[in-house]
Amino acid sequence: MIQLTINGKGHSYDGDPSMPLLWFLRDVADLTGTKYGCGMALCGACTVHLDGQAIRSCVTPVAAAAGKKITTVEAVGADKVGHAVQAAWQKLDVVQCGYCQSGQIMSATALLKSNHKPSDADIDAAMSGNVCRCATYVRIRAAIHEAAGTLSA
Amino acid sequence: MNQIFLVNESRRRFIQGVGGLALGIYVGDAFADKGTAAPGNGGADLLAPVNFEPNAFVRIGSDNTVTVISKHLEMGQGTFTGLATLLAEELDADWTQVRVEGAPADVAKYKNLMMGIQLTGGSTAMANSHEQMRKAGAAARAMFVSAAADEWKVPANTITVVNGVVHAKSGRKATFGQLAERAAKQPVPQDVALKDPKTFKLIGQPKLHRKDHVDKTNGTAMFTQDYKAPGMLVAVVAHPQRFGAVPKSVDAAKAKAIANVVEVVQFGGSAHRFAGVAVLAKNTWAARSGRDALEIEWDESQAFKLGSAEILAQYKEMAKKDGLVARKDGDAAAALAKPAKLIEAEYETPYLSHSAMEPLNCVVKLGEGACEIVNGEQMHTPDQGAVAALLGISPDKVSITQLYAGGSFGRRANPQADYVLEAVAIAKAAWDKGIKVPVKMVWTREEDTRGGYYRPATFHTARLALDGGGQLVAWHHHTVTQSIIKGTAFEAFMVKDGIDATSVEGVADMAYEIPNVKVELSTPDNIGVPVQWWRSVGHSYNAFVKEGLIDEAAAAAGKDPYEYRRAMLGKAPRLKGVLELVADKAGWSQPLKPGAAGEKRGRGIAVHESFNTYVAQVAEVTIKSDGSLKVDRVVCAVDCGLAINPDIIVAQMQGGIGFGLTAALHGAITLDGGVVQQSNFHQYLPLRINEMPVVEVFIMPSAEKPTGVGEPGTPPIAPAVVNAIAAATGKRIRKLPIADQLTA
Repeated sequence: MIQLTINGKGHSYDGDPSMPLLWFLRDVADLTGTKYGCGMALCGACTVHLDGQAIRSCVTPVAAAAGKKITTVEAVGADKVGHAVQAAWQKLDVVQCGYCQSGQIMSATALLKSNHKPSDADIDAAMSGNVCRCATYVRIRAAIHEAAGTLSA
Repeated sequence: MNQIFLVNESRRRFIQGVGGLALGIYVGDAFADKGTAAPGNGGADLLAPVNFEPNAFVRIGSDNTVTVISKHLEMGQGTFTGLATLLAEELDADWTQVRVEGAPADVAKYKNLMMGIQLTGGSTAMANSHEQMRKAGAAARAMFVSAAADEWKVPANTITVVNGVVHAKSGRKATFGQLAERAAKQPVPQDVALKDPKTFKLIGQPKLHRKDHVDKTNGTAMFTQDYKAPGMLVAVVAHPQRFGAVPKSVDAAKAKAIANVVEVVQFGGSAHRFAGVAVLAKNTWAARSGRDALEIEWDESQAFKLGSAEILAQYKEMAKKDGLVARKDGDAAAALAKPAKLIEAEYETPYLSHSAMEPLNCVVKLGEGACEIVNGEQMHTPDQGAVAALLGISPDKVSITQLYAGGSFGRRANPQADYVLEAVAIAKAAWDKGIKVPVKMVWTREEDTRGGYYRPATFHTARLALDGGGQLVAWHHHTVTQSIIKGTAFEAFMVKDGIDATSVEGVADMAYEIPNVKVELSTPDNIGVPVQWWRSVGHSYNAFVKEGLIDEAAAAAGKDPYEYRRAMLGKAPRLKGVLELVADKAGWSQPLKPGAAGEKRGRGIAVHESFNTYVAQVAEVTIKSDGSLKVDRVVCAVDCGLAINPDIIVAQMQGGIGFGLTAALHGAITLDGGVVQQSNFHQYLPLRINEMPVVEVFIMPSAEKPTGVGEPGTPPIAPAVVNAIAAATGKRIRKLPIADQLTA
């Protein structure tokens, strides 16, 4: 039996321990904000936080998350940084199709937690694992700066 | 909150048709169960009883909620917001009270007025329905005004409407919700005056927020991938490696041994879609694991087995022979016989996958003699008809619930309904085995990348003649490419005299003043790679060829490429307008700042009309000494008529440029012996944020009718970039993607 803490709530799981965390979140825990995009850690749509670190849940076995704190897009707004990121995304109307944006927001939040005032180059380095086929990248950059500004105000 | 959701269509409604509009009163259980409430997934508690439905495009609840019904799919391009803006403007609604839901399949109510079928595509959402949506809002407003006049016994002309509140000169006021029931009893106006654009409050407002900007940032937006229904099984499919192969034998024992796998079914294909095998399971991982455990032997006797090199070789041979003539002005051959200067060039572009972030998927709920489709639905009525035909039921027994699509770029509007029919075939095969539950078919990224219906590969030969003054006097262009239209329901009106209009669009109709033009088209019929429209369709390659060639001509003439174009656009004022605007904003008359030591910098320009929208772009690039390329800055000018949502126009230009840059820099689907060589994002490289240039967008002020912006931002970027590379290095790129051509 694997014990998981997702968004502060306990879950037990006795199925296939090699199942990627992504599918536990989506199909078992009913948290569908975290998205499947590639299944190979190539696109970042499945990004969640594991003990505060951004990870690709599509290649993380559910067993590897046992005993750790998992945060998804559904709860990231409860965090000060996550909230600032979501607010910046909304203020600048970053989204288009929206499918990748949960992952973008989780990566951006992780970036701002470790780097309070990222440069464009810092953003490019930290966010280049998150693909957006709508190419909302110009606004992602701007929204991360916006959130950094809010947090330092 | 800007919640967006669909409402259960099962609730009772009474609608009476009046003069082309419908007047209806909703009674009672206007509450959706969670299974069908989407997108936005706001939950049933947010739904209020609905009182007033003046027409097919708006419902107003007693809680003041204004629900706009969008006949077009929201796939990122902003249609939900745009259509709501138009309606809410004339209704004088409070924008914060406006919600949007996707329309069901109903061609009588929701057809695309430019096509006659219910389809989202061709950048037509605003162009076909701007007046329709404004009239729908104005009619509803007029009914509120007469309801208030009735109730308050005051003349209608003393009543105003501001932000969803109806005011009388006497000082009385009431909200839409308070008046909804009485408004529903008013006669539907036969003709309504529309606002003077000078009085617009929402249309043209630069900072009007998108209607989907909240639910797409907190994980509640619902895509097909997220949809659940009681008892639903997930189907993951195995397709053959080669187009046209079919399963010969299937050993499903290992797949069936996996926990939570419920059944394995074979599904038949057709000339237009795969045959294959599907594993149905209680969760996606089990279905995926089951699929990977299948042992399938394929019959490839009818499969397509050519590779990209063989296809290109065939196209080169075809280009040597006469094609069908798509345009003929003057006598190009005569002018080319005695040129002062001659340019001869070959251009080439590859197959491209749409590769939306949400891989293709579709939910099917079969019933006795009925079927419900839940999908990011881009082509309601053709898909409805195709599903009905496959099941042998009438189209009115096929209902469609439209969810958000996680991108599409054209792929979800498949003229053969390929993935929708595949999902139905799987659900039917399961049904026939006694598994009578909803089925969600999901393609893996690999199936999505290898699933065909690509932007076709193209080959072009061109011969251009310049006179002694450098003027372009002859243009002879021959395009070789598969038709995306032949064999589809669109053939009757998009293929004329054997010429697929999309194959030559952007060149056969180019506006440059050139006295002798001949455009030929050759269309192979032996290539079994399924092809389809891809954001901007034929313009996606023809703009690259046309604007590359014009640049080559300017260089041969020793002229400035901006001035050279401008001089040939005397009869195309809107193209000339955006060209001048972009040159001004990009600082074209000023020298480009040089790069660091060892770096070469260059600036390129391109201008192109597509879907009646005019776009010009200037790209600035840096090439390092190792040959690596960086697109630093793109300046874009767009004329799309009346700007309904300026910020969405800016977003679509930014996105169209990024999408086009993927194709310019990296994008290529290639085949070896009929097998697609790319499977996932490590091989089919998408543009990433570190490659995204600074983008500056300028909208040409205009009172012309609004046109589309979803596609027109894409065509000019590839030529602007290759023209910049030529300016920086002298090297002319005539083949996409650029990939390693600068380092090789």
